[in-house]
Amino acid sequence: MDFDTIAAISTPSGEGAIAIVRLSGPEAVAIADKLFRAPSNKALAAQTTHTIHYGHLEDPATGEVVEEVMVSLMKAPKTFTREDVIEINCHGGIVSVNRVLELALRAGARLAEPGEFTKRAFLNGRIDLSQAEAVMDLIRAKTDRAMDVALNQMEGRLSKLIGTLRQALLESIAQMEVNIDYPEYDDVEEMTRPIMLEKSKWVRSEIDKLLQTSSQGKILREGLSTVILGRPNVGKSSLLNSLVQENKAIVTEIAGTTRDIIEEYVNVRGVPLRLVDTAGIRETEDIVERIGVERSRKVLKEADLILYVLNYAEALTPEDELLFEAVKDMDYIVVINKTDLPQKIDLEQVQKLAGDKLLVTTSLIEEEGIDQLEEAIADLFFQGEIEAGDMTYVSNVRHIALLHQAHQTISDAIGAAEMEVPVDMIQIDVTRTWEILGEIIGDTADDGLLNQLFSQFCLGK
Amino acid sequence: MPQYEAGTFDVIVVGAGHAGAEAALASARMGAKTLVLTMNLDMIAFMPCNPSIGGPAKGIVVREIDALGGAMGRVIDKTHIQMRMLNTAKGPAVRALRAQADKVLYQQEMKRLMEEEPNLTLHQGIAEELVVEDGKIQGLLTQVGGIYRANSVVITTGTFLRGEVIIGDLRYSSGPNNQQPSIKLAENLEKLGFETVRFKTGTPPRVNSNSIDYSKTEIQPGDDVPRAFGHETTEYITDQLPCWLTYTNEKTHQIIDDNLHLSPMYSGMIKGTGPRYCPSIEDKVVRFNDKPRHQIFLEPEGRNTREVYVQGLSTSLPEHVQRKLLESIPGLEKAEMMRAGYAIEYDAIVPTQLWPTLESKQIENLYTAGQINGTSGYEEAAGQGLMAGINAAAKVLGKEEVILSRSDAYIGVLIDDLVTKGTNEPYRLLTSRAEYRLLLRHDNADMRLTELAYAIGMIKEERYEKFLAKKDRIEEEIKRLRSIMIKPNELTQQVIRDAGGSELKDGIRGADLLKRPEMNYDMISQLTASLVDLEDEVKEQVEIHIKYEGYIEKSLQQVDKLKKMENKKIPENIDYHAISGIATEARGKLAEVRPLSIAQASRISGVNPADISILLVYIEQGKIAKISV
Ligand SMILES: Cc1cc2nc3c(=O)[nH]c(=O)nc-3n(C[C@H](O)[C@H](O)[C@H](O)COP(=O)(O)OP(=O)(O)OC[C@H]3O[C@@H](n4cnc5c(N)ncnc54)[C@H](O)[C@@H]3O)c2cc1C
Ligand SMILES: Nc1nc2c(ncn2[C@@H]2O[C@H](COP(=O)(O)OP(=O)(O)OP(=O)(O)O)[C@@H](O)[C@H]2O)c(=O)[nH]1
Ligand SMILES: [Mg+2]
Repeated sequence: MDFDTIAAISTPSGEGAIAIVRLSGPEAVAIADKLFRAPSNKALAAQTTHTIHYGHLEDPATGEVVEEVMVSLMKAPKTFTREDVIEINCHGGIVSVNRVLELALRAGARLAEPGEFTKRAFLNGRIDLSQAEAVMDLIRAKTDRAMDVALNQMEGRLSKLIGTLRQALLESIAQMEVNIDYPEYDDVEEMTRPIMLEKSKWVRSEIDKLLQTSSQGKILREGLSTVILGRPNVGKSSLLNSLVQENKAIVTEIAGTTRDIIEEYVNVRGVPLRLVDTAGIRETEDIVERIGVERSRKVLKEADLILYVLNYAEALTPEDELLFEAVKDMDYIVVINKTDLPQKIDLEQVQKLAGDKLLVTTSLIEEEGIDQLEEAIADLFFQGEIEAGDMTYVSNVRHIALLHQAHQTISDAIGAAEMEVPVDMIQIDVTRTWEILGEIIGDTADDGLLNQLFSQFCLGK
Repeated sequence: MPQYEAGTFDVIVVGAGHAGAEAALASARMGAKTLVLTMNLDMIAFMPCNPSIGGPAKGIVVREIDALGGAMGRVIDKTHIQMRMLNTAKGPAVRALRAQADKVLYQQEMKRLMEEEPNLTLHQGIAEELVVEDGKIQGLLTQVGGIYRANSVVITTGTFLRGEVIIGDLRYSSGPNNQQPSIKLAENLEKLGFETVRFKTGTPPRVNSNSIDYSKTEIQPGDDVPRAFGHETTEYITDQLPCWLTYTNEKTHQIIDDNLHLSPMYSGMIKGTGPRYCPSIEDKVVRFNDKPRHQIFLEPEGRNTREVYVQGLSTSLPEHVQRKLLESIPGLEKAEMMRAGYAIEYDAIVPTQLWPTLESKQIENLYTAGQINGTSGYEEAAGQGLMAGINAAAKVLGKEEVILSRSDAYIGVLIDDLVTKGTNEPYRLLTSRAEYRLLLRHDNADMRLTELAYAIGMIKEERYEKFLAKKDRIEEEIKRLRSIMIKPNELTQQVIRDAGGSELKDGIRGADLLKRPEMNYDMISQLTASLVDLEDEVKEQVEIHIKYEGYIEKSLQQVDKLKKMENKKIPENIDYHAISGIATEARGKLAEVRPLSIAQASRISGVNPADISILLVYIEQGKIAKISV
């Protein structure tokens, strides 16, 4: 059968640190070769099938290196779809994987429909329908595992924290087990309901905290939504361009050039930003621009951070003051741009309006002040939003689901303890919580309890 | 040695320790013509260590053995010197009965039972060689040249295989308690290809009761309430003997520290792996050196002996050091040591070489049970013996094999752990090993296992009828309490107030009132009595069922999932090496254990969920596993 070449992100969305873009079809290898550079410079087409290659992806339009990747090469017919298959493994979150997919699409692939790979395998006579279903599950399980292995540094911290919770639970469970299995031993403290209750509540509050960070984890994957705000012509688009270091948004001398929202992803000193350039906010007659302005206000509401740009070379206007009012409850940094021009702005007045918010002065034309701005963004993020040193994020959907389960079981334990259920019954849910937390960090070995038991207590005859 | 044909049997059981006794009785009871061949008929069901049966998890095993028609419960009910229900302040799932045994009476009673069993022949002799043809057991050869032929053989030789006793720097070839070791049989098993490990265990000194100053100890009496392991027991022993509690102290620990170089444990002389839950006193003092004292229980070994077992002082230090240790302990200053403690090393076979029926994978119709399989403890041995006996007989008689699930019984947990995971130390049951312990209770052993026992012919019609009637009464009463409304009248409020609860505002169903933590069945029956007279066991079942309904329900749901996985059988002839998707380590493990079901496969360490899903697809789709995804 003759098909075009399809591409899709084959990692279930939002899970884990490794992402895979899969291509299948007659052009798969050729498309990959347009993008992929191995250190040896050898083309994938010239490699033997069922091999894996390390290298970089380049954007053919600019020659710019986009990603460090591993590419699996599987030529027809011994592949899942019976077509040529390429899998591009890239690390990093949704931002980079999206970019890789976008490159593949630009290079000639078509975006696959959900399940289209399996459908092709089925249509190419590779598998029957029920098998296709089973294989879907299999793929999932396989990728799940791949992701478990690929815990990045952030998730390393997560596993450490989970480890601490589990250890605390384990000690209680072990103590409880000793009470049960060695009832005559008097030198083992009795595990009582109040102790169990206290421990469980503590664990639950920690799980709560983790679940709260799951939204921050999302921020980390998708970028901190950062809106560049300001009157027309103050240099918003220029600021975006400086930060992105590429000329994507259109810069003009006519006020009101940016008519809609422009988004760019950048990584500023470890903080992923989704930069949103907005149309200058002011009353306007231009219909197109008006729509842009309305959308700007909406974007503003959803922003995590605002870069509020003022013009150094103009006095503050009532509009500027209105904008100060609009952002007053939000996290923002004031950027006073165009310091290469003569000062007209009253800095004291700005300071007063900004209160304790940071002020940064820039001249984007002279490329000055960008460093300070970047530093200000990083500081704000690491100290304000999320406390430095406690950088634990849950971003993996599977992890979040398990945390919710653990939350449920520990809540059951707490409920039971409050209902004066016998301690060994409460322990059933505590043990379950310990197991679920183990699943998050991939520790399901079941000799943990016994090891704890015999190292913590002196037992036997 | 000239050989002679000594007889033909359906099943031969080698050894008559706790495993052998149950195996022989079960096999005979199932209807198989059975021979039990053991080294010394005066040592049937001998307890080489503490004179005690039951305790957490183990006590429940005894109840299960009894429900399945085994002997241990009945025998200890007749021969104990005291019984106590443990963990009474905790939930019903962890309550457990423990008895102190009259060691000699226990042996005599077990021997009598065996002698009276119609299909069972007892004979004293030492098995030295197994007769195997075409990978199938045919019988065995004894030390005096007797050839015994049988369809199935069950080996239950405990700690005898290449046993070696160790005290101080003395080491000599011996079975427990200076009986002779089994060396020829050990060599024969090795030759037949069994993989073995070297394990170690130990026992404390015994002292003469007359030389103990009990005034320096605390008394530990039995329960006032009559207790029993046996479901059919009707006569209770009222005349109980107490145990006594004393402690080690700094002086004891100092003696150990000073003599540690004489301990074979620390000099490197003992190489076998000992159980962590049964450490010697030297181990305890070294590992937990911040503990100022350790408990020492003084347990009488019987009514007709003055010998007392010193629980907590298990040791292999030289005899003269053991004397000093005893002298340092309050109450034992003048104690006469009757026997010194010692350690014993022995061969155990690696239990992953067995099917869940306890049949050997390499030799058909050959079964092993008890400490030879790497366990430790009388109850663990008896539970395995029972199942091996049942299966050996079932195979001969052409009946279906009997495998208990982890959700059926602690015995199921025990055997599954052994054959699926193996063990790297002598294995002891603990409640924490059971994932469904709320379902595996002391009180409901008969509810769990009587149907099965009856179906396979281990219990008689009459007992089964009684059981069905009991079950009916329980169900009826639960139904009644679920439907009956209790009015908030003065009597009701009074009963609730007395129990410390808050008064009713409205009528409430009996079952819902019983669910309140402060209420129990007797209080409810004050408000709404059953029309029929219910025995205590029925009331207990009703109360547990209603009070812990939510938890029981949750466990049952988990069991449902387990059963689904258990029902996914793996074909015996599966070739794991042909399944490309499975990781290499998992493949090796699967090929070694050869699990019977997906449930069992998923419990093997080193086999992860992805391997299991590939295996599932393979089994269900046949060809698909060859696809590399
Ligand atoms: C010193 C010592 C200390 C122990 N300490 C503990 C402890 O602290 N905790 C604990 O839980 N358990 C302990 N145990 C273990 C407990 O005693 C055993 O687990 C239990 O008795 C095992 O039962 P069994 O039926 O498997 O073997 P055994 O009770 O040992 O029975 C073996 C039987 O096989 C017979 N036999 C052996 N070889 C042959 C042969 N070739 N031919 C014919 N018959 C043969 C023997 O005569 C005996 O009747 C200890 C055992 C010993 C010896
Ligand atoms: N002298 C000087 N000019 C600047 C500076 N930054 C930007 N400009 C110029 O200001 C003009 C407007 O810049 P933009 O970045 O398009 O401004 P904007 O805020 O995006 O404008 P709108 O999209 O129309 O609202 C351009 O001509 C820039 O070159 C600066 O630091 N100094
Ligand atoms: Mg602009």
